[in-house]
Amino acid sequence: MSVTLLLVQILNGLQFGVILFLVAAGLTLVFGVMDFVNLAHGVQYMIGAYLTATAVAATGSFGLGLLIGLAAALGLGLVMEFVLFRHLTRRDHLEQVLATFGVILVATDGVKMIFGPAPIALSVPEAFSGSIALMPGLLYPVWRLVVIASGLFVAFLLWFLITRTRIGMLVRAGSTHPEMVSALGVDIDRLFLFVFAFGAMLAGFSGAMAGPILSVEPHMGDTVLILAFVVIVIGGIGSVRGALVASLIVGLVDTLGRAFATDLLRLVVDRSSAAQAGPAIASMAIYLFMAAVLIFKPSGLFTGERATWTK
Amino acid sequence: MTSPAPRSLPARLVALLTHPVTAIAAIALVVAAGQILDQGFWVTLATRAAILGLAALSLGFILGQGGLVSFGHAAPFGIGAYVVLIAGEAGVRDVLVLLPLAFLGSALFALPTGALALRTRGVYFIMITLAFAQMGYFVFSALSAYGGDDGMSIAGRATLLGARVFRSDGALAWLSIAVLAAASLFLHRTVGARFGHVLRAARDNEARTAALGFSVFRTRLAATMIAAGIAGLAGALMAEQTGFVSPSLMNWHRSGELIVMVVLGGSRRLSGAVLGAIVVVLVEEFLGEATEYWKFGLGLLILAVVATRVVDLPRLLGRRA
Repeated sequence: MSVTLLLVQILNGLQFGVILFLVAAGLTLVFGVMDFVNLAHGVQYMIGAYLTATAVAATGSFGLGLLIGLAAALGLGLVMEFVLFRHLTRRDHLEQVLATFGVILVATDGVKMIFGPAPIALSVPEAFSGSIALMPGLLYPVWRLVVIASGLFVAFLLWFLITRTRIGMLVRAGSTHPEMVSALGVDIDRLFLFVFAFGAMLAGFSGAMAGPILSVEPHMGDTVLILAFVVIVIGGIGSVRGALVASLIVGLVDTLGRAFATDLLRLVVDRSSAAQAGPAIASMAIYLFMAAVLIFKPSGLFTGERATWTK
Repeated sequence: MTSPAPRSLPARLVALLTHPVTAIAAIALVVAAGQILDQGFWVTLATRAAILGLAALSLGFILGQGGLVSFGHAAPFGIGAYVVLIAGEAGVRDVLVLLPLAFLGSALFALPTGALALRTRGVYFIMITLAFAQMGYFVFSALSAYGGDDGMSIAGRATLLGARVFRSDGALAWLSIAVLAAASLFLHRTVGARFGHVLRAARDNEARTAALGFSVFRTRLAATMIAAGIAGLAGALMAEQTGFVSPSLMNWHRSGELIVMVVLGGSRRLSGAVLGAIVVVLVEEFLGEATEYWKFGLGLLILAVVATRVVDLPRLLGRRA
């Protein structure tokens, strides 16, 4: 377990955590503000990747393709909110789960019909391909660094939007006292529409950034969605700061666990049982962490700060 | 439900259709007809309906009676199947041992995960049950001794006191129906008993139930474990039927499909779940024959049910009653 390998895995973990944050941030805002269980958020991530891949292939430029993909993801979010989700926000959780599960089935099979079940290509833009030497003997792909940087930028942007702008103030107020905000003359439906579409765009952006690293295929949203749930449970519903901290923790624990669990186990038990148990334990690590958080803080690490950064 | 006034014909038909015995009797009739007319396909399809009906029934118990929206019911289902696989590898193949083992294994999984999940409410509960089920999925995917990702064939069909009666699909079908009927009877008795009343009371008003001196947490945990155990039985039967066990049995889509079955049939009635399972199995079979994208159709069906209120969910869920 050399230092270089450890550093590479830490960077990989950060990069994975950033992807999770981009998905979880939108999801937690929608939960926090609208009290709405959106299982289809993973589908929005998947569709964002497909839209970007298609646009990149059509325009030949990653930047332009990403812009078109984001605009399309935003548009899709607006349409979905307007056509379907708007009517679900005031109904009980069971119906929300059911309807958004229906959306998952339709969207996943719809994408399979159009693009086929096999992964499609989305390559790293020319300018960010290749690797750079971060230190002697440590080559790291530039694109992954770009992903980390863009995630941190989005985190900053969200902090600014939520704490320093009027719309952010309405989001914060709407998450705790929707009736009062509505009574003060704010169109709460339009606020919901904005938050939902913004969350959908974040998910789409996340899919587009992850596309060149993971593969763009119809089920890519499933794993991310469930990990985003774990992130939200750990971070606390509605807390964007909680989502940031929790997604970095989950990304690091998962990546480092998978990389080193077998080696660490070998120190305690013999080689073959370590090879057996290592992967199983590594895959449980984040859920065990979630269980530990639940035992000590059942409503998440950052509770009482719905959709806010600072108290 | 038991109005003494004379009822119209449609009302009588609905009452007959939703009677607890009807769905099980229908499955049994199809098996009998399949055996007499030598239609193996009917027997297989009916067995599948009975098994998924059993799993949906157990979910309907905690979802409808307890108000606990678990999005992780595929986990105990899959664990039941893995119990059959692992016990088979260890040489245990008698059904009288396998089924109790599957029940125990799944119920024991629900003890810690249920206890943790029940500390939370609402959206949290949905997400946590989903997360724990996914944990099970990944753990079994990592078990390379039992096929890992790809899964593994079971050692062979179960025996009954050493006799290989379940080599025929028909015998397995009757076993599945018998387990479904027994579980159905047991849950109906439970729902009618004090335990069931406490469970429903906690669903409707947790604070009052606690104030009356009942332990809401313990009641819900017991219900969750019973439901998980029964789902384990269903998983074990599924392993016997297909002869193959893989992590995809506990894919989270199956949890979603089980919820769909419960709600399609009307979640406040126990028997609704079996009815819903029959509908989903039929949709899967006949739409699946026409196109490989049958889930597209199922998704549209779900959206139609929820969005247009063609079927009035709150009424179906029995809130009017």
